[in-house]
Amino acid sequence: MKQFLSKITFWKATAGLIFAAGIYATFVRFTEGLGASTNLSDDFPWGLWIGFDVITGVGLAAGGFTIAGMVHIFNLKRFEPIVRPAILTAFLGYTLVIFGLMYDLGRPLQIWHAIIMWNPRSVMFEVAWCVMLYTTVLALEFSPVVLEKFKLTKTIKLIKKIMIPLVIVGILLSTLHQSSLGSIYLIAPDKLYGLWYSAYLPLFFYVSAIAVGCAMVIVESFLSARAFNKGLEMDLLADIARIGVVMLGVYLSLKTVDLIERKALSLLFVPRLETYLYWLEMVVGVFAPMILLARRKMRESYNGLFAGAMMIVVGFILNRMNTSITGFEGWAGKGYFPSWMELAVTFSIVAFGFVAFALAVKYLPIFTHSEHRETLPRVDEWTRDLQIASEQR
Amino acid sequence: MITKKAMLIDITLCVGCNACQVACKEENGLADTEEHILSPTAYTVLNEYDGTYVRRMCQHCVDPTCVSVCPVGAFTKTEAGPVLYDADKCIGCRYCMQACPFQVPRYEWADNYPRVQKCKFCAGRLEKGLQPACAEACPTGATKFGERDELIREAHERIAAEPEKYVNKVYGVEEVGGTSILYISNVPFEQLGFRTNLSKLPLPTLTWNALSKIPTVVAVGGVFLYGVWWITNRRTEVQKYEAKLKEMDDRSNGHDTLNQ
Repeated sequence: MKQFLSKITFWKATAGLIFAAGIYATFVRFTEGLGASTNLSDDFPWGLWIGFDVITGVGLAAGGFTIAGMVHIFNLKRFEPIVRPAILTAFLGYTLVIFGLMYDLGRPLQIWHAIIMWNPRSVMFEVAWCVMLYTTVLALEFSPVVLEKFKLTKTIKLIKKIMIPLVIVGILLSTLHQSSLGSIYLIAPDKLYGLWYSAYLPLFFYVSAIAVGCAMVIVESFLSARAFNKGLEMDLLADIARIGVVMLGVYLSLKTVDLIERKALSLLFVPRLETYLYWLEMVVGVFAPMILLARRKMRESYNGLFAGAMMIVVGFILNRMNTSITGFEGWAGKGYFPSWMELAVTFSIVAFGFVAFALAVKYLPIFTHSEHRETLPRVDEWTRDLQIASEQR
Repeated sequence: MITKKAMLIDITLCVGCNACQVACKEENGLADTEEHILSPTAYTVLNEYDGTYVRRMCQHCVDPTCVSVCPVGAFTKTEAGPVLYDADKCIGCRYCMQACPFQVPRYEWADNYPRVQKCKFCAGRLEKGLQPACAEACPTGATKFGERDELIREAHERIAAEPEKYVNKVYGVEEVGGTSILYISNVPFEQLGFRTNLSKLPLPTLTWNALSKIPTVVAVGGVFLYGVWWITNRRTEVQKYEAKLKEMDDRSNGHDTLNQ
């Protein structure tokens, strides 16, 4: 009991602290500006808020279109139980990306300008439109869940009628902007370090987004199973992991061919910070999970599957941070590390995502197919047992 | 047709008097402190390299990177040459700063509703037929204003006249597709902080390579996804239909046996 209480209060206290710091940082950001709240400078105009909140955030939400495509287009109906949590994560993810963008934009009140002031030559313009449209698509894809709650069957029927075109549009939009997040950096051939700059950046970003989309679905299933006593469809998740491994394989071959083609293999052995970070991201995010998850035994084991998926997620985050931040440090001739206020805002956004997901699961029919096959010990049950035990004493 | 304006900066003639910066600050109403790094209050600065002075400022590229990357079109390349910024359009994404190969755009970090700042090539003065304030103020002719084609010709003539003095290069003729600010020098450019390995292609072509594939991706992707759905869906339908047929078959067979 004591241990359990201290665990809960620890997380609650942490969340409380993060939100308090986040609120203070928000206040400073919007009253005194970016200079007072961030470590950004003319040499380093993009930092954590772009690198993590936007570039990484959008990638981590890629599970939405991956799973929706698998179930609705490729007709792999057995993955149906994880469609809703995947769509929910994607929808929350994109909402938070837009929310986080408001912090980073210097003139956030003019964000709507992208709707009427067009520049089709700009990758950023394309990303802006795709994100706007895809967030709308996700809202529609998710709407049946909310409508079910309020028993609006007629509207649900209408949405279900347009579901297939909706999913197709969603996949196309995702394909476009997941890759375009990589295209953003095509403009900086001299600035971005050679291990990351490549004409294939859009392709790398797209393939790795699908891989991490699979990994995120697994990770969030594990976390939800733990938190809400939802069943864990181990066989489904193991299959998703297999798709993830295939995508990692494609990614690894593309990366290798690219390095050979650019005659940049020697960069892999230059003793400098970028090299070590590149190896770290490749070992953690590609080699290790591939070796681990390629083995059926590991894939179908509780710890193996979770560890493998976590590695893909961490490696993905490292890759995006390297591409957006570390890869530019050599050129800028100086380092960048986020200010505590930048960190506070980012952590708050992440924490907010967790809270919103938990609330949605609590009040909406997200896990409808939870005929638990392998139920985990539930936290509530532990506490009840402990309570009974302490009362008896 | 309006001819393209440009400026030729002859590094050998610059004495480092800073009159260009003073004139620039006066023209643009900026704080009149001496600055050596480009900033929101310094659109041009002088950098000293061992007694040699180099003017830094917006290069007003022929195919400007900033114009191409801005999602809301806050940057425009005017026909006369200046690259201009419109703060009323800007959303503050700072992609221009991230993308500029010359690292020119500066941000008002201290401001709560910041703007990007950079040299405007005195576009207002150009419209009135005047030359930019810096060129007018330059006492030695180190900064010379004129037509781009003519200035390139003149630069090559100056180099040809004194080949032992000048480095045989006019910086800005072909860098990232060409710029409106041209430099000639007696010291190799890489020793003066110039980026000499810039691509000869305008940088926007790099992103355009990717962007121009969008229609293909949408068309091919759309047809592919619809095709896959049609096939998988059809398979399910056929299965259902066959099951029903079989059911009906069984039932009619049953009837037959009953009748007998």
